[in-house]
Amino acid sequence: MDNLLHIENGGIVKRSDIPLVSFDSFATILSEFVENDGYIVQFFALVEGDKNKLIAVVRNNQLFILSTEVGENFASLTATASEKFHMFEREIAEQYGIVPKDHPWLKMVRYHANYRGAPDAFGNNYSEDIPGNYSYFQVEGEAVHEVAVGPVHAGIIEPGHFRFQCSGEEVFSLEIQLGYQHRGVENLFTEVPLKRLPIIAESIAGDTSIGHNLCCCQALEALGGLSVDPGAQIVRSIALELERIANHIGDLGALSGDVAFNPPAAYFGRIRGEFLNLLQVLCGNRFGKSLVLPGGISQIMTAEQSTIIEEKLKELEPEIRHVCDLLFSAHTVQARFEQTGTVSNQMARDLGLVGYAGRASGIEYDARVTFPTESYRQLPANRNEMTNGDVNSRATVRKEEISHSIHLIRLLLNKAGETSSTTIMQDFTLEPDALIITINEGWRGEISHCLMTDAEGKIERYKVKDPSFHNWTGLAMSLRNEEISEFPLCNKSFNLSYCGFDL
Amino acid sequence: MLKIIKNRIEQGHKTTSYPKEPIELYKRYRGLPKINQDCDISVVNQCAAICPQDAIVASERKIDLGKCTFCGRCENVAGGAFVTFSQDFGMGTATREALLCDGSLPALADHAKDHFKKLFGRSLQLRQVSAGGCNSCEADTNVLNTPFFDLSRFGIDFVASPRHADGIHVTGPISKNMKSALISTYEAIPSPKVVIASGCCSISGGPFYGSSEIVGDLSAIVPVDLYIPGCPPHPLTTLHALLKFFK
Ligand code: SF4
Repeated sequence: MDNLLHIENGGIVKRSDIPLVSFDSFATILSEFVENDGYIVQFFALVEGDKNKLIAVVRNNQLFILSTEVGENFASLTATASEKFHMFEREIAEQYGIVPKDHPWLKMVRYHANYRGAPDAFGNNYSEDIPGNYSYFQVEGEAVHEVAVGPVHAGIIEPGHFRFQCSGEEVFSLEIQLGYQHRGVENLFTEVPLKRLPIIAESIAGDTSIGHNLCCCQALEALGGLSVDPGAQIVRSIALELERIANHIGDLGALSGDVAFNPPAAYFGRIRGEFLNLLQVLCGNRFGKSLVLPGGISQIMTAEQSTIIEEKLKELEPEIRHVCDLLFSAHTVQARFEQTGTVSNQMARDLGLVGYAGRASGIEYDARVTFPTESYRQLPANRNEMTNGDVNSRATVRKEEISHSIHLIRLLLNKAGETSSTTIMQDFTLEPDALIITINEGWRGEISHCLMTDAEGKIERYKVKDPSFHNWTGLAMSLRNEEISEFPLCNKSFNLSYCGFDL
Repeated sequence: MLKIIKNRIEQGHKTTSYPKEPIELYKRYRGLPKINQDCDISVVNQCAAICPQDAIVASERKIDLGKCTFCGRCENVAGGAFVTFSQDFGMGTATREALLCDGSLPALADHAKDHFKKLFGRSLQLRQVSAGGCNSCEADTNVLNTPFFDLSRFGIDFVASPRHADGIHVTGPISKNMKSALISTYEAIPSPKVVIASGCCSISGGPFYGSSEIVGDLSAIVPVDLYIPGCPPHPLTTLHALLKFFK
């Protein structure tokens, strides 16, 4: 444990200061760390000179970093230590062709050739369409049948492929194949001029524009020596909370629609739009795109905008309360929500779930509290009471977070006397030979970006992690032994990002 | 039951009377740019240099709305000497060329193909395909089904099966991994069919232009009939385009 270097969220680390240990100690230290209620924030590969390097950033209530050098393969930590490594190790194999030996399920993640031109870890040459030469997991037996859905789904949603192995109505296994949305975001970040970075970050996952762009801009600010005034931080925090509320409300509406209870679905659908319009009041875009820039915000919040927000909250808050009451007190809804798609606390811990999916299973972690950025240091935390891990808990957490976020926005509006100035995107240079990690609690949970610069201050490696990267496995597990008809409900209660995962 | 009625009364009637009556968006919404053709070329060049999307063609003093994300940065150069924004959300076009814009766009209704109006004017069923979209285009298309916009009142619906559809509405820069699925969906739609490119991603790659993992241009794969710019297009931009083009 002594070898782990303690780092700060948004603090610069000199690359030469990152502890480099033998793979054996790397494995031992990390195994011990995750066993003691430690979680992985980032675990990725890069090529340094002619060496393959692995870097791990882990957290308990603090952040730590560690690195090691490996050859063409290494002994899988998923196999020996914890499932928390599972997706990260598959990603390392896909991105760099470095193979985690004895990984229990070494399968491609997003289906693309590796960055190093190394032999493909999965034996694909990418002339075939996704999933290449992979044959999906199959359960055999007389009464077993398979249901395959997607990539194109029966609605206006993102693409992904789902395979259910069922006996009658009961799901034995759900395999989720993503990658259809892969746009090569990480590499693009290292190839384009700085002026494009916030625009790309805002479109990693459009429903999390503020969250991802905050991670990007906070990193650029630290590396570029830019400071953000408190007034701008307040607006950024308000925007992040508006994003959270809009998405939570949209999901409660969708959950309601999925159990065929139409009034709340219609009302929440409309109310969600009102919150998107508040982002438009702040910056002209309903998803908050263009608001956050390195160094601050593109448009200030004057008394006019803050009054509009305040008045809207006054109007909508009781409506939300009433529609929530309508939804959560309906017996027919309760009957569908309760004890459906349960992820036990143990399972959630084993998988390292984050955000409301984790909190609904009793993992308290909220990055706004543990690693506060922007104005969050001065704001109260939320505590959710319902932790059964089922659809009902995930829905209830959303309900609680909506009222908590409204409360936070009101507190922030009261502080917003502190003026801020507008920022324009300028050119600046980045600290060379540095690594920085930024974490924010997006509406789905922990978002993290990690940037590494080379000797010239050019971004050499840009690693993005959306909370969905942790939580998709949680959705797959929640379906075990459920009826297949519960899938839409389970899916909506998690509402994970396809593009945020696929990058 | 009582709760349902109480909520129903509280919610009231929310559907917009657009297009019968005009609708005003909050002034920070940008929409169609107003371009000053007499602007000093050095200012135009400055705008082109800071544009993250390389959407400004300085020599012609035009903005390519197929690339623009409407980030508004160009408006801050020299106090808006070259570009300001008009809050006009009607930006759909029937051709890619028309998106290279000097501040005005051809009237969409005049350029819509007549047989489309005849075939789909009273009923239009669309299959939506997200091909690498960030989910903001998808979300703001979905919004058209909420009570405020209530798209169905115009006879326009999004349907599940391409076999039931009259066309596809595509979002996203067309990731390589979605190319085949997109083509299959297109092929599964009976002819005659329409193709709508929604959002700057499907038109030009959008924020992802230059990435080797995307196709970056829907018209390179299938013929496009209607272009809807934006990042994402405002729901009203989509609604306006659909109504003008098909009604
Ligand atoms: S608004 Fe459009 S043209 Fe202006 S800087 Fe942004 S992307 Fe470029």
